[in-house]
Amino acid sequence: MVVGDRNQRRALMALRLILLTAGVVVMLLPFAYMVSTSFKPNAMVLEIPVKFFPQHPTVANYVTAWTSNRFARYFLNSVVVAIGTTLAALLLSSMMAYAFARFRFPGRSILFGLILIALMVPTMMMLIPQFLLARDLHLLNSLWGLVAFYTGGNLGFNTFLLHSFFQDIPSELEEAMVVDGAGPWTRYWRLILPLARPALATAAIFTFLGAWDEFTWALTIINDPSKYTLPIAIALFQGQHSTSWGLVFAASVIAIAPVLVIFAIFQRQFVAGIAAGAVKA
Amino acid sequence: MLPTRSTHSSSSARKGGARTAGSPRPPSARRRREILHAYLFLLPGFALFALTILYPIVRAFQISLFHWAIVPGTASTFLGLQNYAHALHDPIFWRALANSGFYMAITVPSQIVLGLLAAVMLDARMPARAIFRTLYYLPVVTSWVVVSLVFRYLFITEGGLVNWILHDTLHLVPTNINWLGARWSAMVALGILGTWKGVGWSMVVFLAALQGVPKALHEAAAVDGARAWDRFVAVSLPAIRPVVAFVTVLLVIGGFNVFISVYLMTGGGPVDQTQVLLSYMYRQAFSFLDFGYGSAISFLLTLIVFVISLAQMRLFRRPAGAS
Repeated sequence: MVVGDRNQRRALMALRLILLTAGVVVMLLPFAYMVSTSFKPNAMVLEIPVKFFPQHPTVANYVTAWTSNRFARYFLNSVVVAIGTTLAALLLSSMMAYAFARFRFPGRSILFGLILIALMVPTMMMLIPQFLLARDLHLLNSLWGLVAFYTGGNLGFNTFLLHSFFQDIPSELEEAMVVDGAGPWTRYWRLILPLARPALATAAIFTFLGAWDEFTWALTIINDPSKYTLPIAIALFQGQHSTSWGLVFAASVIAIAPVLVIFAIFQRQFVAGIAAGAVKA
Repeated sequence: MLPTRSTHSSSSARKGGARTAGSPRPPSARRRREILHAYLFLLPGFALFALTILYPIVRAFQISLFHWAIVPGTASTFLGLQNYAHALHDPIFWRALANSGFYMAITVPSQIVLGLLAAVMLDARMPARAIFRTLYYLPVVTSWVVVSLVFRYLFITEGGLVNWILHDTLHLVPTNINWLGARWSAMVALGILGTWKGVGWSMVVFLAALQGVPKALHEAAAVDGARAWDRFVAVSLPAIRPVVAFVTVLLVIGGFNVFISVYLMTGGGPVDQTQVLLSYMYRQAFSFLDFGYGSAISFLLTLIVFVISLAQMRLFRRPAGAS
């Protein structure tokens, strides 16, 4: 009876592992194929039979993408936009979250309600008016136009996330600082922000990746090739050279490498962020 | 809404316990300063939020009532609800809606079932659990642009990996399928991409929910002799029901919002056969520069999304009296 039980459990675990491994193969196959293609000479990218390990692997696609196709420039643009967005969004949303979590003032619930309602509106609905607004503000073809609207778009969720974290910080700590004569700005900067580092890390990661990967807004307001970010550069490049798959995927690998590094380092914050955004809400 | 603690009590703490709160009185200088500080903290962020988010939301509806003049300074023609009437008589709008529905019919159930399956399998002590979770989540963190291009490449008719597997290797199909060249096969390819990219997300959410189910419940059921499957149905499933409802709502909303993959894999073609609501909106607005009609389409999409979320929340609410 007990032995049968154990055997059954082992069989179940084996089945589990087999199914999960099959799933992993499906998840990784497209990535593997992309990476393998990025090392293929252009004549071989649509070769039959399909080869996962190219016969004559070459890094030519990476060299060409980085040098003659200006992907170094697009990479830099993406870095500037993503970091600028992250810093601005974290500063502004943590200030708002602090006001909502620690102050009572007229209009508080209305303003917070507006933020929550706006979170439910599909971002694409705002695309046309945002485009007209950016045009009127002379923010078309400008990295500032990307940073400003990415920041605005990230404020709602970040404020919501940080607000609930700030609320859980015991107010006794702040009261002690008040006794020592610290004003609200000191408390915000010296106490709340350092204590909220885990939540700030989660917000920073999601904001950075969101800005790094954003496509539609950049596609809409950027025409000038010197202002391309990586996502639109890759997509437009593929549109113009529809058969240069090796180059396209070399550029894609360059674009997703930083994401994978961040993901590998900050996995805990990822899971925390999903839990905060999903299960708790 | 949410209870505020803190600053009020902290200001009384500074007074050394001289409590004045509770009795109505005109705002003191300290209270006025507190309100001023709150507004100063809010001002820069909320100003940007109002400008880039709230104002465009209102403006979207306004634009949808006009034949919008592109050139600044020229007058737009007020149309009332004509853009909306146009949408309801536009066969491509209905096709786009049907395609969005078809996309959801593929992606929502598959992400729920497969995500739940993976979560259940990972909700136990087992080797390499963290690695499995990471790998399933990999597509979620990868950009839509990159995965859309990868899948476009996989589904190429001559020389694509999918046809190579189906036709050349397994001989399941007599000829290579022109996946992206026809409506339904292209929508299937888009649906496969959507499922592949999203299943890791639903898995992580379900896994977090399953781990929140009290172990004692499982143990009690196990003592009663319930088998694993019965325990899942009797204990886990009811416990994570609200999360399933929540995931369903988000997946439906996400399904309506599909855009980048359609834009990059088919461009809505051939001849508008694979348009979804947002790709059609984008084409109307930024290819034909019909901002009024584009706004009407996106406003209809928003309405649909709101109605469906409300309906689903009602539908999934646990019936009163059920334990």
